[in-house]
Amino acid sequence: MALESKIPKGPLSDKWTNHKSNINLVSPANKRAIDVIVVGTGLAGASASATLAELGYNVKTFCFQDSPRRAHSIAAQGGINAAKNYQGDGDSTYRLFYDTIKGGDYRSRESNVHRLAEVSTNIIDQCVAQGVPFARDYGGLLDNRSFGGVLVSRTFYAKGQTGQQLLLGAYSAMNRQIGRGKIKMYNRHEMMELVVVDGKARGIITRNLVDGKIERHGAHAVIIASGGYGNVFFLSTNAMGSNVSAGWKIHKKGAYFANPCYTQIHPTCIPVSGEHQSKLTLMSESLRNDGRIWVPKNIEDVKAIREGKLKPTEIAEEDRDYYLERRYPAFGNLVPRDVASRAAKERCDAGYGVNKTGEAVYLDFAAAIIRYGSEQAHVKGLDENDAALVKKLGQEVVRAKYGNLFQMYEKIVDQNPYETPMMIYPAVHYTMGGVWVDYNLMTSIPGCYAIGEANFSDHGANRLGASALMQGLADGYFVLPYTIGDYLADDIRTGKIDTNHPEFEKAEAAVKAQLDRFVNIKGKNTVDYYHKRLGKIMWDKCGMSRNTEGLKEAIAEIKALREDFYENVNVPGTTAEFNEQLAKAGRVADFLELGELFAKDALERSESCGGHFREESQTPEGEALRNDEDFTFVSAWEYKGEPSKAKLHKEELNYEEIEVKTRSYK
Amino acid sequence: MNLTLKVWRQANAEAKGKIETYPIADVSPDMSFLEMMDVLNEQLIGKGIDPIAFDHDCREGICGMCSMFINGEAHGPDRLVTTCQLHMRKFKDGDTITIEPFRAQAFPVIKDLTVDRSAFDRVQQAGGFVSVNTSGNTQDANSIPIDKHDADKAFDAAACIGCGACVATCKNASAMLFVSAKVSQYALLPQGKVEATDRVMNMVKQMDEEGFGNCTNTGACEVECPKGISLENIARMNREYLYASLKG
Repeated sequence: MALESKIPKGPLSDKWTNHKSNINLVSPANKRAIDVIVVGTGLAGASASATLAELGYNVKTFCFQDSPRRAHSIAAQGGINAAKNYQGDGDSTYRLFYDTIKGGDYRSRESNVHRLAEVSTNIIDQCVAQGVPFARDYGGLLDNRSFGGVLVSRTFYAKGQTGQQLLLGAYSAMNRQIGRGKIKMYNRHEMMELVVVDGKARGIITRNLVDGKIERHGAHAVIIASGGYGNVFFLSTNAMGSNVSAGWKIHKKGAYFANPCYTQIHPTCIPVSGEHQSKLTLMSESLRNDGRIWVPKNIEDVKAIREGKLKPTEIAEEDRDYYLERRYPAFGNLVPRDVASRAAKERCDAGYGVNKTGEAVYLDFAAAIIRYGSEQAHVKGLDENDAALVKKLGQEVVRAKYGNLFQMYEKIVDQNPYETPMMIYPAVHYTMGGVWVDYNLMTSIPGCYAIGEANFSDHGANRLGASALMQGLADGYFVLPYTIGDYLADDIRTGKIDTNHPEFEKAEAAVKAQLDRFVNIKGKNTVDYYHKRLGKIMWDKCGMSRNTEGLKEAIAEIKALREDFYENVNVPGTTAEFNEQLAKAGRVADFLELGELFAKDALERSESCGGHFREESQTPEGEALRNDEDFTFVSAWEYKGEPSKAKLHKEELNYEEIEVKTRSYK
Repeated sequence: MNLTLKVWRQANAEAKGKIETYPIADVSPDMSFLEMMDVLNEQLIGKGIDPIAFDHDCREGICGMCSMFINGEAHGPDRLVTTCQLHMRKFKDGDTITIEPFRAQAFPVIKDLTVDRSAFDRVQQAGGFVSVNTSGNTQDANSIPIDKHDADKAFDAAACIGCGACVATCKNASAMLFVSAKVSQYALLPQGKVEATDRVMNMVKQMDEEGFGNCTNTGACEVECPKGISLENIARMNREYLYASLKG
């Protein structure tokens, strides 16, 4: 099957408007006869469920958590971008579009990104109307801050809990529809398989996680909004339950999987503390508005710090290396995430890491505290030369801006970040790759859609900060509800989907066989044993820096690990009960397949771009070196029985509006 | 350090539960409480014992899924943290730690430490929203200025993570802190005021139907709330409710 991106014709800025005016619609009466399934209740899934229900479709929504409000969008901290230009600092739809394409290192689809920038402003209007309490200034208007890779302040925020507030907004919109009976919500349910009838997505098989019951659900369209696959690394900032399974199941049923190797390693996370570590915690990028990143200039100071003989606050200004400010004077501490992460790794690899493991750098707020403190003292007519007073006032400002993040840090690390710099290190955070979709967000299976982080579409090879929330809500509130009508318009005479169809029976039997297989292996290693080993291979060989040899090893090692898993894993308990180990085994089994495709994709793409850094392809200064001639395409993989046999399809990326340039933040 | 864990084990909602005792050795003070539970579960699986079921997901204190009652306190001895943010440095070598589920009539046990908190969802479905369509065709976000103090208070109320610690802590298993936080968030914002009357009536009605207890103003909920949700919200909800009742 050829890849058809279905990008509408016409000038870039008119494409979406024209497309909306020309696609097919479903009448309100007919919508009542159409069922839609949504898997996942993060920003994309919750907003899509609410809007589709509001339009009149019958929606069934599934999440594995105990409530839709707990999906991992809830943990997003810093903010959401929108081209409102409330600050009058030169922002525009075009500039948001341009920044996003450039930030993604010219590996995303122009038309999709422009649409995202166009609808970004509606999101803020919508959320305010829903009662989302964004931060405001004293005049009562909305406040903004700045994020990496841009030169304007376009990020709207609610302290360090923006994701929580936006998700609760979308959850409240869902609740309204659940109350009206237009959404049927299934908590603690996991999607186990997609059912395809006559080439079209017609339903899913689920497992009730409370009693283990396998259920069939039919629908005229299935929407996957199950998030990203960062947990393939075991340690990531994702929630413990975040998984690739829904995306992977549809991949195995025919949906192409795009750019699996594009992973975002976030520069500011709390470093690993020991073997027992189960997940990593992000410290929002917004902290780079005020925090300065540094390591000591002298290796003797590094040693003294590690031995506990020297405190970071005792190192003189001239003995500190603010390496981002040094290397990238134009953007300084606000370079994009991929650039900041690699720079931290470079310093730590050179031996300048400041904790016991040598894998940490400082994020320091001392300068910001003094700056804010002096400003406050001036405003209040107090003594600006009183150092203690200035510090106190400055700390209050920082507390108001980032209080919850500082508290989180203190609880985990047991150090007070108001007094001593934070220690941070890069960690896996987000996956730009995902299920391939066309302009309508439909996968290569008719009637099956993928939205939010689960798809690949808008961020290219690197996502800018505060853009994930924007994309999730754009897809769910404002894009999919339009585009899905175009497909469903042909389905108004189909009638109820019959879940007794042989395809449902076949899918259910396959699910049961897989579950039985897990509990009957009765091997000697726990599921986590395999997940941790997979994570180590991924981090060492497919992490911040990748090379041919390492990737080839990773492919072989993951395959061997997967074979060992099916021989020696121990899944206790039965399939007919609340069984967390069983649920986890299914997710890890899918990660063990995805990991191999990930490495294969990374091997195939022998250029460096965005978060994908191939050691063979770098400039003399160590910056990522793209190869536009050979790699200006999306890699879309077709499943052929096992990951190693996956077939590559290329979607060429054409840049009509933007001149493709070397990305520079210097 | 070495610890003794006394853990509530219950096979399912119908089964009778009991406390089981498990020793655990070599616990690092840098571990989070849930990482300690992970280690224990790995050991139990090795011994052929069913691992302990407990809810958890984000492990950074925001999803509200973790829900343990540790040594008689929701989310354990530390303040302003969820169980996943509690670290073992809060305990000392030789300690015995009792771990139970969040208990309330409205939160039936599913297995071990896992409980069903869907009553909270149903309370929200009864009115915890602004009735605005998600068309995006609303007015500009800056068309209604909102007093920063009100906006900040609305935010503080909206910071509730819906974990249920307030209910588990309350001797009456009352959900007043949770419900009042949502009612307050909307009552403080112009967008929410329009239907404030119906909202408070419907949410309180649903709260009562779910079997949550009454509030007797002991304030324990505020003490144990991991997000510091203030009792002021309960006072505000009572005012809103009284006003709505009089308005009829």
